[in-house]
Amino acid sequence: MRYLYSIGEYFLMLKGVFGRMTKRSVLKELIFKEIDQLIIGSLGIVAFLSFFIGGVVALQTALNLNNPLIPKTLIAFAARQSIILEFSPTFISIIMAGKVGSFITSSIGSMRVTEQIDALEVMGVNSLNYLIFPKIIAMLTYPFVIALSMFLGIVGAYSAAVLGGFVGAEEFIEGLQTDFEGFQLFYAFFKTFLFALILATIPAYHGYYMTGGSLEVGKASTTSFVWTSVVIIVTNYIVTQLLLS
Amino acid sequence: MIEIKNLKKRFGDEEILKGIDFVFETGKTNLVIGQSGSGKSVLLKCMLGLFTPEEGTIEYDGNSYSDFSDEEKRALRQEIGMLFQGGALFDSMTVAENVMFPLRMFTKKRKKDLQDRVQEVLKRVNLEDSAKKFPSEISGGMQKRVAIARAIVNKPKYLFCDEPNSGLDPHTATIIDNLIHDITVEYDITTIIITHDMNSLLEIGENIAFLKDGLLAWKGDKSQIFKTDDKTVTDFVYTSDLFKKVREAQNQGL
Repeated sequence: MRYLYSIGEYFLMLKGVFGRMTKRSVLKELIFKEIDQLIIGSLGIVAFLSFFIGGVVALQTALNLNNPLIPKTLIAFAARQSIILEFSPTFISIIMAGKVGSFITSSIGSMRVTEQIDALEVMGVNSLNYLIFPKIIAMLTYPFVIALSMFLGIVGAYSAAVLGGFVGAEEFIEGLQTDFEGFQLFYAFFKTFLFALILATIPAYHGYYMTGGSLEVGKASTTSFVWTSVVIIVTNYIVTQLLLS
Repeated sequence: MIEIKNLKKRFGDEEILKGIDFVFETGKTNLVIGQSGSGKSVLLKCMLGLFTPEEGTIEYDGNSYSDFSDEEKRALRQEIGMLFQGGALFDSMTVAENVMFPLRMFTKKRKKDLQDRVQEVLKRVNLEDSAKKFPSEISGGMQKRVAIARAIVNKPKYLFCDEPNSGLDPHTATIIDNLIHDITVEYDITTIIITHDMNSLLEIGENIAFLKDGLLAWKGDKSQIFKTDDKTVTDFVYTSDLFKKVREAQNQGL
């Protein structure tokens, strides 16, 4: 019953978020601030992870290719498929659930604990819109992060496979282009868009409705990470089943 | 003026407010005192519209809150200044930005006019030199003064203060009390202060409501509270040795 209550409360929260809007000039400023904190602030870790995971995927494929009948182009093909279809959209989103999600929960949760949300409400501000709407809009730029992650993942794979001497540059490029379907990119970005909404709203829900003190802020951040990850994984499964099978 | 009539509020089976009648007067510091759990905070939240009472009315200058449309309720909230127990300043904003916040949200004035008003209010609370500091860089007393500045910047008609002296040393607490009192008189607003602080009672208790177990147990002003023989009040007021000695001295005619 508690889960059903939480689900209902989550959707009521979303209704409130798109309710009475904050003044446009204030909102614009908040959106840019959120883009800076949530998106720009995550680029470093995303770039680092994407480059090295891309490299590891290529290395693992190359090291396990013992059969001379299997073409070396498979290294690039496997890296491309893994990175575009799953690693960048899903794996990076789970990492973002830890980084961005925890930040959102703890920042909103701290505001709850220190009565800042009550202060907004007493002033007549729609606190849900003021706090969460800019985060949702900022997260709409998240697909650009994933595009960068895909690019750097493939650059990492190229560096590991070609510079490591496992495959020639031409073979690698040929593998990258083998059986490429544009729909796979649509699939990847469609689910990235859904993950962006999940990343903005589930942690916000856990922060906004938390009760207690600073210890509970920490607990809420952990719970938020777990639930955001679970919802991302389940959504990933459903979207994959619907679009690819 | 805010008048509450037969105000009742319950949570589940527990009745927190059991029918309270009181008039909070304009231009005076109205204090609500009582032990923890007596219903003070619930009363405050009912008056702010954060809780909906089961019975009774809250009238703002003769207009019942329950009859207000959503738009009128929002308009009323912009006429309310609120000083929270912990200040509730926005951590990510400077002192000046905190004070400017209500103006930015609800007025269409030019930025220069907003800055002038912020400077004026900060000067009123003696914080004009701290405008660019963040809340974490100033003391607790200064934070309370910033919160007062933010509460009055939009020229409210009603000022609510929830335990304004909690966590402050007696000297700073007195400064805050006097500041709230002076602002109340200067702006001719209705100020409601929820407090446990007996010093506040002595300093600025112009109209006092004493709550006990969800009922209004006593009302009067600071001169009357030390003369009353009402046991519920004396048990609360004379808890500390200091006030017991004041009482004894009074009885001995000192």
